[in-house]
Amino acid sequence: MASMTMIQALNSAMDVMLGLDPDVLIFGEDVGYFGGVFRVTDGLQKKHGLTRCFDTPIGEAGIVGVAIGMGAYGLRPIVEIQFADYIYPAYDQLVSEAARLRFRSAGDFTAPITVRTPYGGGIFGGQTHSQSPEALFTHVAGLTTVVPSTPYDAKGLLISAVESNDPIIFLEPKRIYNGPFDGHHDRPVTPWSRHPASEVPEGYYTVPLGKAAVVRAGEAATILVYGAMVHVALAAVEDSGIDAEVIDLRTLVPVDIEAITASVKKTGRCVIVHEATRTSGFGAELSALVQEHCFYHLEAPIERVAGWDTPYPHAFEWDYFPGPARVAAALRRVTEG
Amino acid sequence: MKNSRALSLHVPEPRTRPGDAPDFSGVDVSRPGAVPRPDIATDPREIRDLAYGLIRVLDDHGEAVGPWDPRLDADVLLAGLKAMMLTRAYDDRMYRAQRQGKTSFFMKSRGEEAVAVAQAMALDRDDMCFPTYRQQGLLIARGYPLIQMMNQVYSNERDPMKGRQLPSMYSSRETGFFSISGNLGTQFSQAVGWAMASAYKGDTRIASGWIGDGATAEADFHHALTFASVYRAPVILNIVNNQWAISSFQGLAGGEATTFAARAIGYGLPALRVDGNDFLAVHAATAWAAERARANLGATVIELFTYRAESHSTSDDPSRYRPADEAERWPLGDPVARLAQHLTVLGCWSQERQAAQQKALDDLVRAAQREAEAVPALGSKSSSRVTDMFDDVYAETPWHLRQQARELEG
Repeated sequence: MASMTMIQALNSAMDVMLGLDPDVLIFGEDVGYFGGVFRVTDGLQKKHGLTRCFDTPIGEAGIVGVAIGMGAYGLRPIVEIQFADYIYPAYDQLVSEAARLRFRSAGDFTAPITVRTPYGGGIFGGQTHSQSPEALFTHVAGLTTVVPSTPYDAKGLLISAVESNDPIIFLEPKRIYNGPFDGHHDRPVTPWSRHPASEVPEGYYTVPLGKAAVVRAGEAATILVYGAMVHVALAAVEDSGIDAEVIDLRTLVPVDIEAITASVKKTGRCVIVHEATRTSGFGAELSALVQEHCFYHLEAPIERVAGWDTPYPHAFEWDYFPGPARVAAALRRVTEG
Repeated sequence: MKNSRALSLHVPEPRTRPGDAPDFSGVDVSRPGAVPRPDIATDPREIRDLAYGLIRVLDDHGEAVGPWDPRLDADVLLAGLKAMMLTRAYDDRMYRAQRQGKTSFFMKSRGEEAVAVAQAMALDRDDMCFPTYRQQGLLIARGYPLIQMMNQVYSNERDPMKGRQLPSMYSSRETGFFSISGNLGTQFSQAVGWAMASAYKGDTRIASGWIGDGATAEADFHHALTFASVYRAPVILNIVNNQWAISSFQGLAGGEATTFAARAIGYGLPALRVDGNDFLAVHAATAWAAERARANLGATVIELFTYRAESHSTSDDPSRYRPADEAERWPLGDPVARLAQHLTVLGCWSQERQAAQQKALDDLVRAAQREAEAVPALGSKSSSRVTDMFDDVYAETPWHLRQQARELEG
């Protein structure tokens, strides 16, 4: 065991997989010699060789198209899209190609590729370095969308993603790369080393895809959340003093419906939290699922706390970011009735 | 200085439209045998002229001339002719089947048979092809069973794609034929990725991708050439310039200003521009590019200059946008007739043999068609489970798809 940041844990996952499987290779913009703009692939080229971790031209559609061809050959490429905000040029390759290849060829060809990309706000990145586009992928049949919230999960989920025979969208909440930021932007940032989930095995292990985690047990309400907002939700529970259960979904599709229903049936109240814009966000799907599966157990309307339906505003970051105060207010609303 | 003249917008238009006499005076046809054949190791910068010429081997009399003559044995030529004729017979039969309401859609490759067949024959059997929807000749030349192609077109219970794909969108890993998308251009960068994977693994196989003149305007084309050049991928990047993208002539993809082969120059890739209706020229150019890729010298772009002799698909009516007799007037002739003429000149073909082979192939296609039509079509009345549609969305079917399958079953 070692204490790792999320960056180190992700790096360790790729280091382990490069060591175990010669068919794993990594490429993306600036990921090779330099080790990536967030240092997630730092040292991997030096350790494993030039062809195992290399730089690409600035062409996201090309990066993903090439990865699909490699996947069809039988490799397991891990590609980095430098910011999730830059993934749109690759959207056609992801939606029309990677996601459907197994289906359209009846299993003749598959695309076992992992697309890693830093996402989310809170770093003053403006509208092109802050977006949370997960719903654009959760809507696509054939894609699996994964979002870790701790170093331990990040490594275990990434190894599962690389071993998966399906294309995986692996969204890395960059605001918590270096510490479990809880939305209190006016307070000093706690480092990962003080968080129990920063204890990460140095070798191989997996965290299963499609399984949520109960990160805090509670009775008064259920918070469905993922990524950086897990820590915001925990802060809101503490700030409000409301004994809410916090479910970290970890995989959005396929979502762990059993964990969701077990918790909401127990608490009868549900708050859904994400940083992405509200309209047609993944919270809408979660809200519908809770309604379909738990309607007769609900004692209050489902609440959604999300980013406003605007582009990400640079100077008004903390007015946009759904922080602990907004989550706490939603918790109070669902528990008042 | 102030601008005094009003600007005007140029929208390209073909020379002729329905009712006009076809006009191919703009087509620059070089003399057969005139284009030099460089060594495969030549620096691409020294052979840029090839992007503007037209490699031709067969002359008007059916003689093979010049440095690009691949000097193929007669039995190879006969096999090529047979595969092209079979492709055409298959296309004709399936087109008719669509008109008879037996399938929803079909795409013929008439006039472009040499592109797929000669290229398949110039490649190794285990080289990987990333085709568009008009290279069914690859499958036929590689001996993929006709009945399987028909099962796919009919979406019947033996359809290898289980009724999931539009007719004509074949896939066969075993035959080295990548699943056709229907989205234009996406396969081009995937071909480069496959080739990079082969190089990464120290394999000996190469990849070959195809794209139409129209789809060279897609960003995937640029990505494919960029990545192929940067990583010296062992891949052949074929542009099938058949003059038409549905109703849009090649000028709308930039063909007025330069050749499609010349696109390669900006990427530092060698380009060959080839008479796509000349079986020998197509074979020779492909073999040159394949040899170059196998020598670890990287990618080659080939423009196959040809003509889409029929409609884009069964849903299209070219009489609405181009002169009706353009195909017959195409200055580079018909690939099947030209190879047959060459074989006749060589003394190993005749009109009688042509007629006998035509009949034998028609019979073969008819027999396969009967067999395919005896298989029940997929759909609510077929015996296979409709809930198979939920398979293969993921490697393991997740709970929400299992739930939806139960809902469908009622």
